[in-house]
Amino acid sequence: MSKAYKLDVRGLSCPEPVIRVKKALETNKGGLTVLADSFVAAENIRRLVGTLGYQCKTDTNADDEFVLTITKEV
Amino acid sequence: MERKKILLSGLLLGFLGVILVRFGNPANMGICVACFIRDIAGGLGLHRVETVQYLRPEISGFILGAFLIALFSGEFRARGGSSPLLRFLIAMAVMIGALTFLGCPLRMVLRLAAGDLNALVGLVGFVFGIFIGVQFLKKGFSLGRSQRLHTANGFAMPLLALVVLILVVAAPVFIFFSESGPAAARAPLLISLAAGLIVGIAVQRTRLCQVGCFRDLILIKDPHLLYGTIGIFVAALVMNLVFGYFKLGFAEQPVAHTDGLWNFIGLAVVGLGATLLGGCPLRQLVLSGEGDTDAAMSVLGLLAGAAFAHNFGLAASPAGVSSAGKIGVLIAAAFLLVVGFAFSRSDFNVKRKGGITHEQSV
Repeated sequence: MSKAYKLDVRGLSCPEPVIRVKKALETNKGGLTVLADSFVAAENIRRLVGTLGYQCKTDTNADDEFVLTITKEV
Repeated sequence: MERKKILLSGLLLGFLGVILVRFGNPANMGICVACFIRDIAGGLGLHRVETVQYLRPEISGFILGAFLIALFSGEFRARGGSSPLLRFLIAMAVMIGALTFLGCPLRMVLRLAAGDLNALVGLVGFVFGIFIGVQFLKKGFSLGRSQRLHTANGFAMPLLALVVLILVVAAPVFIFFSESGPAAARAPLLISLAAGLIVGIAVQRTRLCQVGCFRDLILIKDPHLLYGTIGIFVAALVMNLVFGYFKLGFAEQPVAHTDGLWNFIGLAVVGLGATLLGGCPLRQLVLSGEGDTDAAMSVLGLLAGAAFAHNFGLAASPAGVSSAGKIGVLIAAAFLLVVGFAFSRSDFNVKRKGGITHEQSV
């Protein structure tokens, strides 16, 4: 599989992060990595991908941003 | 768990929304972000309608409650730069819509829970407006990204809220207090403030939002936020029945008019505008407390919109909507549609004259 697709949703208002993740998952069905900078965006993305049958792992990077690793449930 | 939290915070809001009426706030207006910001515009003398002037402590409470809990929970982040001027103008349009209906989306739910069927017409308009907004979002509407800012930027709005609070306590001569009309009806200051702080904390924690509720249903079929709205409705309905405030019908509802078409259009404008902003007026106040200076621009836009609406006679009254008000809200709707279309494409190409042209640099 090719390198995981990366999506940057930092600084976007509700509900744009969710829309972009949903759209990106349509073409990257295996999963992707998302960079977010707000708690609300991270929560909303986690809730969305949960309903779509994906798993989501949340890490924090050195800049206090969220790195969400979204993978297909096995 | 998350669902239980948002339902509980909705119940709390609905409860406080009626309790504040019991303590003296206007009927069916225990909490109304649009009406209260309009009263603050009057209290500051930005408009001179004598019946709607009072620096409502609830508004300061929403902002400060959100500010304190965001600091405590580590969610405070100073940010901004996502089309601030446009957000100001969109919020002005939202306020003009809200004052056509006579209430923000939260008061719409509180009015419904008191049996005011005009709010049901408003609700249909509200959902219609959100539906239009969602079409823009699907086409890629975006006001652009915000950036991290110097932390002091995030303190500005909570400090302004504190200043308003100090002014209402100190009551200097240049601050206006209505002696009759809706703004003369007020709960004791400390109760208003406490309720405001509680609501600010609850909404910050649970992200409750009247616009997000219908937007997420339409856009991604997610009912999460709907539980908040249901909570508000149920708690307010029970409390209204307990206190005998419930009265089913269209006619003679407190601080409301029966002009269905304009109730529909008014809240359609609110629904569309608030979808473009990313959240309902209450949510904008809470975000402004968390350090979001773009939301703070929206709050200032709401304030300016209220002053504008009353200075130019656009705001409705229980007698109905004036012709100026009808024209005003249609202009607001047209403006929002233009913004929707303009920001659904990536950018416009404008011929620019640079400091150094290609020829010169060669």
